[in-house]
Amino acid sequence: MYAYLARRLLALVPTLFFASLIVFISMRLIPGDVIDLMLAQNDITTGQDRARIEAALGLDQPVYVQYFRWIGGVLTGDLGTSLWQNVPVTEQLKATLPITFELGFLSLIVALTVALPIGVYSAIRQDTAGDYIARSFSLLMLAVPGFWLGTLVMVFPSVWWRWAPELEYTPFFTDPLANLAHMIVPAILLGLSMSAVTMRMTRTMMLEVLRQDYIRTARAKGVGEWLLIARHALRNGLIPVVTLIGLQAPLLIGGAVIFEQIFVVPGVGLLLLEAVFQRDYPVISGVFLVVGVGVLLINLLVDVSYGWLDPKVRHE
Amino acid sequence: MTAAGSAPLLDVQDLSVSFRTDRGLVRAVDRVSLHVESGETLAIVGESGSGKSVTALSILRLIDTAGSIDGGRILFDGEDLLRHDEATMRAIRGDRIAMIFQEPMSSLNPVLTIGKQVGEPIRLHRGSVWKQAYERAAELLRRVRIPDASGRLKDYPHHFSGGMRQRAMIAMALACRPRLIIADEPTTALDVTVQAQILALLKELTREANSALILITHDLGVVARYADRVAVMYAGRVVETATARALYADPRHPYTAGLMASIPTLDGDVEGSRRLATIPGQPPDLAALPEGCAFAPRCPHAFERCGQPPPLEETEAGRFSACHFRPPSGGAQGASPRMEQNAVTR
Repeated sequence: MYAYLARRLLALVPTLFFASLIVFISMRLIPGDVIDLMLAQNDITTGQDRARIEAALGLDQPVYVQYFRWIGGVLTGDLGTSLWQNVPVTEQLKATLPITFELGFLSLIVALTVALPIGVYSAIRQDTAGDYIARSFSLLMLAVPGFWLGTLVMVFPSVWWRWAPELEYTPFFTDPLANLAHMIVPAILLGLSMSAVTMRMTRTMMLEVLRQDYIRTARAKGVGEWLLIARHALRNGLIPVVTLIGLQAPLLIGGAVIFEQIFVVPGVGLLLLEAVFQRDYPVISGVFLVVGVGVLLINLLVDVSYGWLDPKVRHE
Repeated sequence: MTAAGSAPLLDVQDLSVSFRTDRGLVRAVDRVSLHVESGETLAIVGESGSGKSVTALSILRLIDTAGSIDGGRILFDGEDLLRHDEATMRAIRGDRIAMIFQEPMSSLNPVLTIGKQVGEPIRLHRGSVWKQAYERAAELLRRVRIPDASGRLKDYPHHFSGGMRQRAMIAMALACRPRLIIADEPTTALDVTVQAQILALLKELTREANSALILITHDLGVVARYADRVAVMYAGRVVETATARALYADPRHPYTAGLMASIPTLDGDVEGSRRLATIPGQPPDLAALPEGCAFAPRCPHAFERCGQPPPLEETEAGRFSACHFRPPSGGAQGASPRMEQNAVTR
């Protein structure tokens, strides 16, 4: 098991290397550079100032030199300094990551509590009205873009009931309730958008599993409907669903960028969005690196969880 | 049909089952009547699609949602199983009637340990705690001769070979000492060498427990060795029932005779090439059965009356056959002008 984990962790290194390259290069391809923005903001137009600022920020070097400088820093735990705020990127990430992690975790809980029971229900009541309603709902959640739904939730309740979602962030450890009151709306929206695919996958897999011979064996033993689902079917059906959840991890990050913006959640998504607007290269690189590591770790976790779900792939 | 005074353990009367398919309603089982005495082994023989498995599943009311039982009675210990609600049926399944399925590879749950699966009926029907259920599971696995039984409780099905899985299935079926065990082609998926072991074991253990056994098979060799009585099914109907001995000595229904003639034997001429008899044609399409006898299109003895459905009639004590043709003594085996001789190089 540990040897397996070590192997898997080692395999992350080349993946991350290539990811960092792509991020670093693609970032420079965004039209308009940070110096232009800085100069425009400060009303400076002379070429001399431009050269000075470039030199000060290290942007006068060729791109590959910049890249190796940056990657050298990464290896020593230094992700560089924000070009605008003069704050180390690691500090910014430390402040924002836990918030996004909380949002992601809450969304995942929402997604699973919605998707699994409805998916199972839809499967055992296949082709009934309930199944159709559940499936239509899931299609709807797939079709509706998150930003639009988010905007609706901001606008309509305030018009109809003079209620609007909380938009002020309170740290969890200062006031858990206030924190949750703020986070719950984006978490539900993000969770619902994730639940659509998960629900459909759960339904499909449960239908598949319920047709299996071992389910008939269990019925022939006198196993009741609930136990049949809980003990005999669900674990078999969940194996591909767990994979899907792993694959949806990047979606979660993408969703976080949108919902953090709409609901003013000071997480990594908001940090990233501002950094992109300002061409704050070190921040963008840092965020992508951390997100990349996160996504890879989630997928590793998914693979490890197979061992628990499926005795055939237990890593002995 | 039964010995005077004592009711049989299982008495299936006029059971009809149909399935909704894309091509309309298909009658898979048509007015089937069977009975099994306590401790007796009844073989149900037939080709795939003859309705034998559906009959078996109907006894436990386990046919899937596309199928429905249209009529008849299934009397078990005097109670009609078709009148029970689902909860009562659940209490009977695995306790008083157990079932063994064909595919030991797919009939065990891949994510549950053998101990859990074998112990489950005991936990369900005897209300034992898991510890007791596991102990009993180990004892059952010993009885089906799995070496190091208690050590293998924690194994998963993929650790077991096909034969061992089928032993585990038998252990599971025996768990609550059922009055009746239904084994649906229990050895079809196994190696030939293992088949005989498994059947002998099944027979021995059911005899020990004084359980009745319904053995569903398409293998007449199995029938000869292990069954007391035989019901031959064709196109959803029982066409002949007799004791295994009588059926072998003198098959009455032309279909049975055809089946018997198509058993390969090893005492052919030494020259090498011997011809194996086959029944011409294909089993009928259940969605488009002929008006009268379903076997008539393939039957060497078919005549005008076969356009009328033949009733299952007692031809002599304990023997029933559904055929208008009454062969002279010596059975339907003799005259078989249309029983084609196909070349099988052996």
